[in-house]
Amino acid sequence: MKPIHYARCLGGIVQRESLRWIQQYSRFISALVRPLVWLAIFAAGFRFVLGVSIIPPYETYIPYEVYIAPGLVGMIQLFNGMQSSLSMVYDREMGSMKTLLMSPIPRWFLLLAKLLAGTVVSVVQVYVFLGIAWFWEIEPPLWGYLAVLPALVLSGLMLGALGLVLSSFIRQLENFAGVMNFVIFPMFFASTALYPLWRVKESSLWIYWICEINPFTHAVELIRFALYLRFNPLAAAVTIAYLAVFTALAIFAYDPSRSLMARRDAVA
Amino acid sequence: MSLPALAVERLSHSFGPRKVLDEVSFSVMPGDFTVLLGPNGAGKTTLIALITRLYHCKTGKISVLGNDMWRHPSAALAKTGVVFQQSTLDLDLTVGQNLYYHTALHGMARRQAKGRIEAELARIHMLDRLNDKARELSGGQRRRVELARALLHEPAFLLLDEPTAGLDIETRPLLLEHVRRLCAERQLAALWTTHLIEEAGTDAKVVVLNQGKILADGPVAAVVASTGSSDLHGAFDHLTKLAATARAAA
Repeated sequence: MKPIHYARCLGGIVQRESLRWIQQYSRFISALVRPLVWLAIFAAGFRFVLGVSIIPPYETYIPYEVYIAPGLVGMIQLFNGMQSSLSMVYDREMGSMKTLLMSPIPRWFLLLAKLLAGTVVSVVQVYVFLGIAWFWEIEPPLWGYLAVLPALVLSGLMLGALGLVLSSFIRQLENFAGVMNFVIFPMFFASTALYPLWRVKESSLWIYWICEINPFTHAVELIRFALYLRFNPLAAAVTIAYLAVFTALAIFAYDPSRSLMARRDAVA
Repeated sequence: MSLPALAVERLSHSFGPRKVLDEVSFSVMPGDFTVLLGPNGAGKTTLIALITRLYHCKTGKISVLGNDMWRHPSAALAKTGVVFQQSTLDLDLTVGQNLYYHTALHGMARRQAKGRIEAELARIHMLDRLNDKARELSGGQRRRVELARALLHEPAFLLLDEPTAGLDIETRPLLLEHVRRLCAERQLAALWTTHLIEEAGTDAKVVVLNQGKILADGPVAAVVASTGSSDLHGAFDHLTKLAATARAAA
């Protein structure tokens, strides 16, 4: 297999994921409506309850809507990552996973391609959201829209890799509700998406530390800083480290020689 | 003498203490239409999962045209086409989108893929369904599309796992005939797994698997003659009863 074969394979996987996404209007609409509801209703309600002091990367006092916008961008990617996980479980139940795994291209590449395809979809969703959020006066610098792209790719890959790891543990689609309760909501609420860390630290030190080790916190901060043309090296390093760990775990979980799937099938 | 399209050598597999395959060996030569015959629970599904690399092969060896499935998986999988028992088409995509996805997974260029897709769909008289959603096809049509898909990358070895399961009585012989013709015309080696004895016909090569062991391997006529039976049904009954007696005695 030559590099061109790998490139064609990647193109095919990205195209399939995009087609599935385009054809599932409800998935697209809900992915967009969810953060907009938070922005339009939640942020409006809390804008006078939660005061935000001047914290980097902001150089002045900001409305609450501006503060939570990067968190909502992260939310889109978090849900999308978990949606990819759901689609892996769906593919496994429907049998289309077998089609993927019968490719002569190495499995680690197939998983990375799947990851990248999910990230492409999530990045498009984020830009549509940012476009609409502009009307709520979420107006980062123009170059911020470009600077945030690498951050979105990195955070999208990291959250997608987490989704892949989770998908190897989920037996049936019905179990996906558990992912919502035990992964998405705790990750979202125990992060800087809705409130800055210093506020959390004031109220509870141990929740503060949970937020600190939460990969989603660092993904959100990476996005927040990049959107305002600043680089957050700690957030970048932690996001990359989590990406490496989750990707290695996903490749491990989908390797038939150590396959969690085969063991699970054997038990079933 | 050409290399076997599929060679399975001393393959064993266990789930915990339960041994589901025991020293299984057989081969499928180019042009052979081979029927892997076994009742439910014989170990066929595990064997298929090992051949398709969905399970890890710990004991024994599987090779496709001399390429070890575990040491050189890319070369082995590039020469393997599979039709799974459960439909693996993406029902939300069109027939064409499903087929292009498969060609991309095999690294094929778009132009080459287009030619192959049109040729294979024309062969099964379904070129006019290219832009229809897979969901709109009947069970038999989906199965034919899956067969066309398995052939797009021009494999030397075709594995069909209970391909007639769920199909109506009229469609079954048509599919069987189609695969037999492919073997004759393209020197394609096919392994057709089934629990339906009549699908072996009278001129296929047959491998009888029961309780994880190979009980017979050879042309239908030779297997029937070796048991002194009048047909394959009789031979199958004879072989399985013999195996049950041996197990009871052991």
